[in-house]
Parts: sequence; C-alpha cells; structure tokens
Amino acid sequence: MAKFILNGKPVVADVDADTPLLWVIRDELDMTGTKFGCGIGTCGACTVHVGGRATRSCITPVSAVEGANITTIEGLSANGDHPLQKAWQKHQVPQCGYCQSGQIMQAAALLKDIPEPSDAEIDAVMGGNLCRCMTYVRIREAIHEAADALKQGAKDDQAV
Amino acid sequence: MRKRIIYSICGVVVAGLVLFGIYAWHPEIAPVTPPAKDQFPAATVAHGKVLAAAGYCSTCHTAPGGQEYAGNYQMNTDFGTIYSSNITPDPETGIGNWSEAAFIRAMRTGVSRDGHHLLPAFPFEHFNKMTDDDIKAIYAYIMSSVPAVKQQKQANGIPFPLNIRFLQAGWKMLFADTSAFEKQSDKSDEWNRGAYLAEGIAHCGACHTPRNALGGEKYSHMYEGAAIDGWIAPSLTASSKSPLPWRQQDFYEYLRTGNSLFHGSAAGPMAPVVHHGLAALSDDDIKALSVYFGDLAGNNNEDPATSPKLQAAIAAQHPMPDARINQGARLYATACASCHFSGSKLRKGRPLLALGSATHLNDPTNLVNVMLDGVRSDQGIPGVVMPAFRDALSDDEIAAIAEYLRHSAGEQPWPNLQQKVGEIRHQPRFEH
Repeated sequence: MAKFILNGKPVVADVDADTPLLWVIRDELDMTGTKFGCGIGTCGACTVHVGGRATRSCITPVSAVEGANITTIEGLSANGDHPLQKAWQKHQVPQCGYCQSGQIMQAAALLKDIPEPSDAEIDAVMGGNLCRCMTYVRIREAIHEAADALKQGAKDDQAV
Repeated sequence: MRKRIIYSICGVVVAGLVLFGIYAWHPEIAPVTPPAKDQFPAATVAHGKVLAAAGYCSTCHTAPGGQEYAGNYQMNTDFGTIYSSNITPDPETGIGNWSEAAFIRAMRTGVSRDGHHLLPAFPFEHFNKMTDDDIKAIYAYIMSSVPAVKQQKQANGIPFPLNIRFLQAGWKMLFADTSAFEKQSDKSDEWNRGAYLAEGIAHCGACHTPRNALGGEKYSHMYEGAAIDGWIAPSLTASSKSPLPWRQQDFYEYLRTGNSLFHGSAAGPMAPVVHHGLAALSDDDIKALSVYFGDLAGNNNEDPATSPKLQAAIAAQHPMPDARINQGARLYATACASCHFSGSKLRKGRPLLALGSATHLNDPTNLVNVMLDGVRSDQGIPGVVMPAFRDALSDDEIAAIAEYLRHSAGEQPWPNLQQKVGEIRHQPRFEH
C-alpha cells in the first residue's frame, strides 16, 4: 500500500512497491496531465515535483516516495496561472503539447533554484526535457519571461 | 629424549586447550521471570529508548516488513549469511527471560544468556565501551516498551568450521578490543562525549574501520574507510577522498540533516544511521560527535565556499562539447543534469557530483549503487528522491555515465568499469 501527498491531498494506492510513480499517478489516481515518454528517465515528459524538486516519475518506484509531497502539473497553480503557464500560452510554446507538462514542471523547479537563469543555465537544466516539435527557442523565451514575471511579483509583494 | 620432547609438546598443547576452554567457556545465566513492565523508572526507559535508536538496534534486528526487534534481518557477510536474533521480550524466542546481568554480559562480551558465543556481526566490542547505566537503560527500554513477538530465528548459513561457536572465543581473544572507554584528559569534555558515543553505542567503526581477513577491526587504521553491506563506508580521517575537507560544522550538518552542502547525502546503510538512529540524539550529542570527527579529520577550518576546488568544480560543469560522440556526457545531459547542474554556486538539493566522495573513491560501488537504486524519500534529504535507473539503463550506459563523472571529477578512470557495474548490479542487496 503506497501512501503519499499528491497536490496537497493524502492519497493511498494499492500497488506493488516497485510500481513506477508515473503509473500510480496516471492509472490509479487519474491525474493524466503527466505523460509517459521514454520510460527510462531520459526525456523528461514524466517530470513531477517530489519534495519540491523535479523528478522523473517513470523510473521512480512508488516505494521511494513513501510519505513525500508530490506535485503534478494539475497542482502547480490553482487556476493554471503560474507565470510559466501564462508565458507558455503567450509564446505558443506547445505545438503537439505532449512534453509540455514535463517541461513546465522542470522549468518551475529551475526558477526556484536559479531565479534568473542565463541561456546556458536553461540549456543545462532543461537539456534533458526533449521536445519532438523542436520548440526549444520558445521554451527558453517563455522561461525568461516567467523569470521576469516572478521577479516583478516578488518586488510587488515587497512593496505591499 | 625425543619422547620427552613429544610429551612436553603434548603437555603444553593440552594445557593450552584447557586454558582456552576455561577462557572460552561461559556458564548459563539462569532464566528469570520476565520483569514487570512498570518496574523501571520512566526516565531510565526514556534514556534507553534514545540509546536503542542511537545504536540502530532495530535496523539490524528487524527484517524488512517485519515486526520491530523481532530479528531475522539478513546479513550477507564474507563468512556466510547471518540472521539477526529476536531481541523482543518474548520469553521463548526473544530475550524475555534474560536477567539484567545476562543482558549486560551479552552487550559487553558477546555471550548469550545460555553461555554460547554470539557472532561478531553483533558489535559487542563497541557496546562494551558503554557505562553500566547506559546498558541498563537499554535493557529497561526493551523489557518495558518493546512488544514481545514470538518469532524463531532463522538458521545462519555460516559454513563449518566457522559455525563452531566455541571458536568465537579465539576471535575475541585475538581481535576484540575489550578495554573500557577511557577519557582522554588532553581533550575537551565535548570531544570525550563524542568519542564515547562514536566508539560505543553508535559503533561508527563497525562500518568505517577496515577489517582484517578474519573480520577483526584494524584498530591502527580506525575510521579509514571500508567495504560494508555492498557499499563503501568512506574514510572519516584526513585520508578522506573528499575534495573539500570535512569541517566540524559539515559533520554536524550531515549527521543532523542527512546532507552536507559541500559533500553529499547519507545514502545506503548510512541513511538509517542518520534518520532512524542519530536523529534521537540531542543537539549537544550531535555537536559532540562533530567535534570528535572534526578533530579526527584534521580540524579543517578553511572555508570551502572560497576553495579553488569548489570554483573549479562549478566551472567544470559547463563545457559539454562532445555530447555527440561521448555517450556518458550525452546520457548525463539528458538523465542527470536537470537535477545535478547547480549553476554558478552550490545549491542544496542540486548536488555537484564532482564534490561527492562517490566519484573520488578508488571503487565505483557507491556511485553505481546510487545510479541503480536511487535515493528514497527517507534517505538523504528527507522528502526528496532520486529515481532508480536499474531497469532503465544497461551496464554499458551506467558505466559510460560513471566514467564521464569520474573524468569530470579530475580522477583517473576506474579499471574494468563495465564489468564492475555488472557485478555491483548483481551483488546481494541489503534492505536499509
């Protein structure tokens, strides 16, 4: 029996200990925003946050996240209005859209650690999130824009 | 004349055997009615609970998924498979009918209540460093607070003649440090407290001190690192392979939180040591341990944040021009860098692998273990995980990444790495 916190709510799933977290999230808990890509942790489509850190869920056994806090794309923001999600729409980043939830979750973790990333830093952290539509240039632009928005938001918070 | 020599030799041998027999033989200590749970003072029980945690008693005395302290945890040693004993207060299969005297004798000398010698997988030579009061407190805790579980111990897989328990007396005579803990007057009280905890209840040397061919700790090489449970326990002394030296505050941060920013996380057998064991100790005790190990590591004071080695490791992250031809670099970029790239400065939770001991040890075991099985949420930084690549990447691919990391860390290649990855993949796994 696996127990963890998914998007703020305690969840329980009756699965084997070695079941990949991604299968549990999608098939048992019906959160299908997170996608299955390569299945070997090298494309990033299945990226979720575990303890606030971007984690490839397709190769993470559910036993490894016992009790942990997990956030999927469904839980990133209450109304789909995280600065990254807004920038994603503005720059029309998604083409086929398959990789985008993983891209956004990875980018959100990146901005938490490195709030004003350079192009090189974006490439280094996001390089493992593959996009078959080759929208990498737009991804980079959207991340820069979201970084600016977050910075502005922080300033506004201070002003209040 | 010759007869006389033969007789003399025989006489000496017989006398020796008799003396050894006297040395090795221990009487049974009569069983007692299990002590009443309420006969122990609450403060003693509470103290014993902390010590039982700090000695990781339940880590080795609990089978995976089994009831706590009921034994049958499997240990794959160089001498065969050993299953731990049931130390719950069950009178038949546990230690319920052990008197306090029998418990103290076992903790100090490795002799069971019925007089047979226990195997030295039980680190009695460390517990012998403890005070009587501390051992009695553990007895009080087990007898009053651990639920009795009826569970027979599984038979060990120790081959003849190592399974002759009488011979364990010889091992003890040769290899076990049976002296009591002695304070060093030229060191501070805090240092001595740290030494008492480390050498006694926490038995750090049981894993971190190398052992001789017969499994005795080499006391002349205390804490210099050793292979244990399918992992390498790194050196805690100045011989450490860490590029950035361990300072007292690094030991404190690591032992208190499971992670040191400048070094890495507690994984494998070290994870329960920090999170299920030392977590019970007070802050003062963790500080004392840090003072002790900080001293053993050479009392380093240099600020690692300004170390040229740190700057070099940060700078070395970037240039990856050869990803098209270097399989290790390519796989690292897709599978690892998203978490391990740390930008222009070190960040907690973005471990820079060129700084961890795993890329610098002479043996790739720790690095490969972590790549194969990841880090669970109850290991390392609590609540954070690393995925497990065991079923995702082949031996070739794991070896390619490890080789790339080894090179990035500025070290010579590990020999026969690919074959070694295969061996590590198939070695018996320990449940921690």
